[in-house]
Amino acid sequence: MSERVLMKGNEAIAEAAIQAGCRFFFGYPITPQNELPEYMSRRMPQVEGTFLQAESEVAAINMVYGAAGAGARVMTSSSSPGISLKQEGISYLAGAELPAVIVNIVRGGPGLGSIQPSQGDYFQAVKGGGHGDYRLLVLAPANLQEAVDLVTEAFDLADLYRNPVLILGDGLLGQMMEPVLADLYRNPVLILGDGLLGQMMEPVEFRKLPKRELPPKTWATTGMRHHPHKNIINSLVLDAPGLEKHNLHLQEKYARMKLNEQRAESLHCADAEVVIVAYGSTARIAKTAVMSLRQSGLKVGLFRPVTLWPFPVNALGELVPKVKAFLTVEMSAGQMVEDVKLAVNGARPVHFYGRMGGMVPTPEEISSECVRVLGGVR
Amino acid sequence: MAKVFARPESLVDMQNHYCPGCTHGIIHRLIAEVMDELKFADRAIGVAPVGCAVLGYMYFACDMQEAAHGRAPAVATGIKRVVPDGVVFTYQGDGDLASIGCAEIVHAAARGENITTIFVNNGIYGMTGGQMAPTTLPGDKTSTSPYGRDTHKQGFPIRVAEMLATLDGPAYIARVSVHSVPNIVRARRAIKKAFEYQIAGKGFTLVEVLSTCPTNWGLTPLEALDKVAKDMLPYYPLGEYKDVESEAGAKK
Repeated sequence: MSERVLMKGNEAIAEAAIQAGCRFFFGYPITPQNELPEYMSRRMPQVEGTFLQAESEVAAINMVYGAAGAGARVMTSSSSPGISLKQEGISYLAGAELPAVIVNIVRGGPGLGSIQPSQGDYFQAVKGGGHGDYRLLVLAPANLQEAVDLVTEAFDLADLYRNPVLILGDGLLGQMMEPVLADLYRNPVLILGDGLLGQMMEPVEFRKLPKRELPPKTWATTGMRHHPHKNIINSLVLDAPGLEKHNLHLQEKYARMKLNEQRAESLHCADAEVVIVAYGSTARIAKTAVMSLRQSGLKVGLFRPVTLWPFPVNALGELVPKVKAFLTVEMSAGQMVEDVKLAVNGARPVHFYGRMGGMVPTPEEISSECVRVLGGVR
Repeated sequence: MAKVFARPESLVDMQNHYCPGCTHGIIHRLIAEVMDELKFADRAIGVAPVGCAVLGYMYFACDMQEAAHGRAPAVATGIKRVVPDGVVFTYQGDGDLASIGCAEIVHAAARGENITTIFVNNGIYGMTGGQMAPTTLPGDKTSTSPYGRDTHKQGFPIRVAEMLATLDGPAYIARVSVHSVPNIVRARRAIKKAFEYQIAGKGFTLVEVLSTCPTNWGLTPLEALDKVAKDMLPYYPLGEYKDVESEAGAKK
């Protein structure tokens, strides 16, 4: 029987990784994700796993590279500035086709920015971040149960495609925002069980998801005693035709991901005139707005991408002929809105509302923006 | 007729890309000989650097990973934690290890990570075309120190073996050279000891090997060997800088 426990978001993600068979974690301290490595440092010895605090994020991601190349289920976590440092390693992971799970508990930027919640790393996550033509699978949970389930999925998808998977956890409140956090918990967000992913506490269930058929890691460098031929983990292809061939292989894999892995959730979209598009914690706040607007008789819906890459263009595309306009809401200056516009392809107006720098949009702000857009389409 | 000299089994039978007179080939061979002698090729996992030895993953007849520039000790750490009974080694040049990878090597050593690093020091960036390295000798001309390394502006060379020997983590740190046959014999002995220590689980081991770069030094192979003896040895004294098994544990 599954156990329901009350955990902090960062801890729930860590425990989910252990439940998914992850036995190697390499990390470096950075707020607001410290509970994740701290939890790992307690838990890993109990399951005969390895927790190692690396000398830097750069070292941590390269330890992930080595461990993944040796066939292990391995994870690292960080927050925005640390994820920037990991980009080199992430590009190498993608080039060498190594499965690994990377968690980014996003904070405000650019630069040192802040330690308050943000969605300003969307471009970095889905458009590249590191050098070269590569893609990560990017998953964006909106609540802890989904985060826990997606961690399990992330390890399977990484193994299935031999590709790094990024979990983008937005909206984590740092210490400076505590009084504001308390306010948030008193407003309607609380009634819906909303909160901010990393620091919030809510019951989660570590359920056993159906086992996927995963390919054996015959390519892993575990020593030639385990396989007849020498295995090499590598992203270097010096001859141009060879590197183009490797890139074509990667692109074919990314095309399969696009075909098979798009995920999204729709709420009240069937008869909606305006559909809000939002992911992660912003989607939960937008959901509150949608519920209250529906109570006022307004036809609005919510479309929530769960996979940011591949972006759920198919499901969003199906909505285009049915709705009059879209409103994208993000904790950024407008990043995902570009992908929404690409999916809508000019067929409908796509509006944007965003807050930055650690400011979290309220349901009231989103509602009034939605009413404004509705007024325009009537 | 009996065969008295042959290619080590742990070295892949293929043409390598190193320049004529370069000592990488000798160092590769020494590692492969030790792999043969200690019979660990089937559980060896090597990590190649970025630099002249970037294609090293092709030459050793064992599992290999190619690391990003300077990151080989971190990659090796990840491998060793997953395969603790494997014999994990990095092969790194001076730009890779002593410049961009300084943090990774220092912390792998400080952790006493049970891996072996073969550090090839020829005082120059070879692959990128002869730029100044952290180990370039004062006064030496390179493509980025065309007037000679000026220590007032470009600082001093780093003595990696001495620096790492100050740490508690390492089990064995030595500096050897391959500029003459007796030194090659001593280098082989040090490399063997390093791997023996790893296999015995004693901790981090590093062998710094003074090496040549005739191409970028602008010297003939023989002149380059002379330069090692004449210029490098005074700045980079040979010896065992740390050995947890010797009573003194200090330079002999």
